[in-house]
Amino acid sequence: MTSIFADRRRLWLLLGYIAAAAVLFCAPLYLSDFRLNLLAKFLAFAIAALGLDLLWGYTGVLSLGHGVFFGLGAYAMGMHLKLQASGTRLPDFMDWSGLTKLPWFWEPFKVFPVAVALGILIPALLALFLGFFTFRNRIKGVYFTILTQALVIIVTTLFIGQQAYTGGTNGLTSFTKLLGEPLRSDTMKTVLYLATVAVLVLVFMLCRYIANSRMGKVLRAIRDGENRVRFLGYNPATYQMMTFAFSGALAGIAGMLFVLHVGIISPSMMGIVPSIEMILWVAIGGRGTLIGALIGTLALNYAKSGLSEAYPDFWTIGLGVLFIVVTVFLPGGIAGLIRSGAEAVRRIRGRGNMHESGAHSVLQGSNRSV
Amino acid sequence: MEMWISQLFNGLSVSSILLLIALGLAITFGLMGVINMAHGEFIMIGSYTAYLTQNLFKDLLPKGAFDSYFIAAIIASFLVAFVIGYVLEVILIRHLYGRPLDSLLATWGVGLVLQQIARSIFGAPNVAVSSPSWLNGGLELIDGVVFPYKRLFILALVAICLVAMYMYIYRSASGRRMRAVMQNREMAACLGISTRRVDGMTFAIGSGIAGIAGCALTLIGPIGPNIGTYYIVDAFMVVVLGGVGKLVGTVVGALGIGFFNTMFEWWSNASLGKVFVFILIVAFLQWKPKGLFAVRTRQLD
Repeated sequence: MTSIFADRRRLWLLLGYIAAAAVLFCAPLYLSDFRLNLLAKFLAFAIAALGLDLLWGYTGVLSLGHGVFFGLGAYAMGMHLKLQASGTRLPDFMDWSGLTKLPWFWEPFKVFPVAVALGILIPALLALFLGFFTFRNRIKGVYFTILTQALVIIVTTLFIGQQAYTGGTNGLTSFTKLLGEPLRSDTMKTVLYLATVAVLVLVFMLCRYIANSRMGKVLRAIRDGENRVRFLGYNPATYQMMTFAFSGALAGIAGMLFVLHVGIISPSMMGIVPSIEMILWVAIGGRGTLIGALIGTLALNYAKSGLSEAYPDFWTIGLGVLFIVVTVFLPGGIAGLIRSGAEAVRRIRGRGNMHESGAHSVLQGSNRSV
Repeated sequence: MEMWISQLFNGLSVSSILLLIALGLAITFGLMGVINMAHGEFIMIGSYTAYLTQNLFKDLLPKGAFDSYFIAAIIASFLVAFVIGYVLEVILIRHLYGRPLDSLLATWGVGLVLQQIARSIFGAPNVAVSSPSWLNGGLELIDGVVFPYKRLFILALVAICLVAMYMYIYRSASGRRMRAVMQNREMAACLGISTRRVDGMTFAIGSGIAGIAGCALTLIGPIGPNIGTYYIVDAFMVVVLGGVGKLVGTVVGALGIGFFNTMFEWWSNASLGKVFVFILIVAFLQWKPKGLFAVRTRQLD
């Protein structure tokens, strides 16, 4: 009985995913340029959210530093675009700051594939580096979170301070073309949008594969009882490091796409507030479910673009209240709501197949003492 | 030589403020496992309370009494932050025990709301608090090195707070209950200590001290709704470095971070200095993952 139900559910789920992908791929046909650009930006964010969900929702490691990885990817692409725009001359801000020669670390970004590779590798390696020195020593989860937040402060002050090399507070902007094609043309925008959707679908499938694989099981086990996993002979540190690096890389990819859509990157886009907003995307959508991260990112960003311009004060308070409400009352997020709703419907119909006891074990582990 | 002395004094001054801020954080984290991201906003509450006290004194009292406003401001800052902290604990924090990461997110939301409220009441631009006239000027012990009275006053204030905290934690009945709960919550509850009340009290005291810190900050510069965020990450680093559960850990952590920050910023520049301090902290954690002074326990988690 249950297996038939499970199979049918899997089929419906698959059809749903295909339909959603089709809707996204066809968006250029029915959305205006402005709307398409907005959606493209949000889908780029969703890539970062997927990585964050794998790290937080599945492994139980909360990073408040993903803005940095996002920013590093974005800067990698921004540097390439800046060099393209400047041609043979020095980028304008270097001129103003009195540099006469291109700094050595800018050289590799002249070549597009190298810039893309670095935009993935640099965040991943930084994450691996920080992860290596924290997880290996069993530094408490909360300490790790605080360290990642400190990382954000440091990297942003560094980027603002080294104006001659990074463009300072203004960041990098006024890009013109990518691979010889003008960046603002309609075809380019459509191509970039489709590329973003393609990357998102690929990343989603990859994350899903990881989450359903043996590794995904270990990750969830680490979240629910790190020491027990250790006693079973696994080394949680290796898994945590790998996941952290992987999600850092995804944030880097998201950043690269973001720059292509928006045309600017500055330190304020990688600061504390953007980093923690990323957490909210995942929290609202439902941590521990990949589709939840997607839904949360789109929902929150559409709400933000709608509300923050009209009522900026209200939006900040709303954001704060949302944080409180979601963490205290709705830890499962939107996905959790849908799931419990579906369960209630099933129970009313009296079909009672009870194989979802593992619905959300993060929350069951909230051993509130005394 | 003069440079060295004034830099050392600067370091001490920075450390003292960090200590005041980190004290409350370390206690609440050690006791309840709650990371209070809204702690910075209690600093802000203290600052604005000082600002309001100043305005009250200016408007209502004769001119001669104005200089004494600062003493009243310190007490008012403590009380206001104390009450708001207690209310926050009862309404929200209580529901988040055992979920440190969730508490971090929820309190960040609280901080956001408090900041926005302050922005709507007092406006986004910074406001200035004029310090009392007896704090102007400085002490010149050695030629060329001036110790401003304001900084000396803050040092004295921090010393008083520290001694008061020490007396409270280690010499009072209420502090003994607090230490008992920190060491073994279940056992303390079995022996008849109301852990709820201890939690609320401790959280409120931590918030109150942050309020005093905010009041002290008004002496140094103008205050704005974001004043807390500037200090909070450094204060967290103090907790990470010093470990939780012991007063001396927080003191050493604050001194370490304060001095290294000042020194590195002096030797290189502000942005690179922060990088060095961060690397140093990560390196230090390789040696002592739980911070300098951790309470020994045989518990695994």
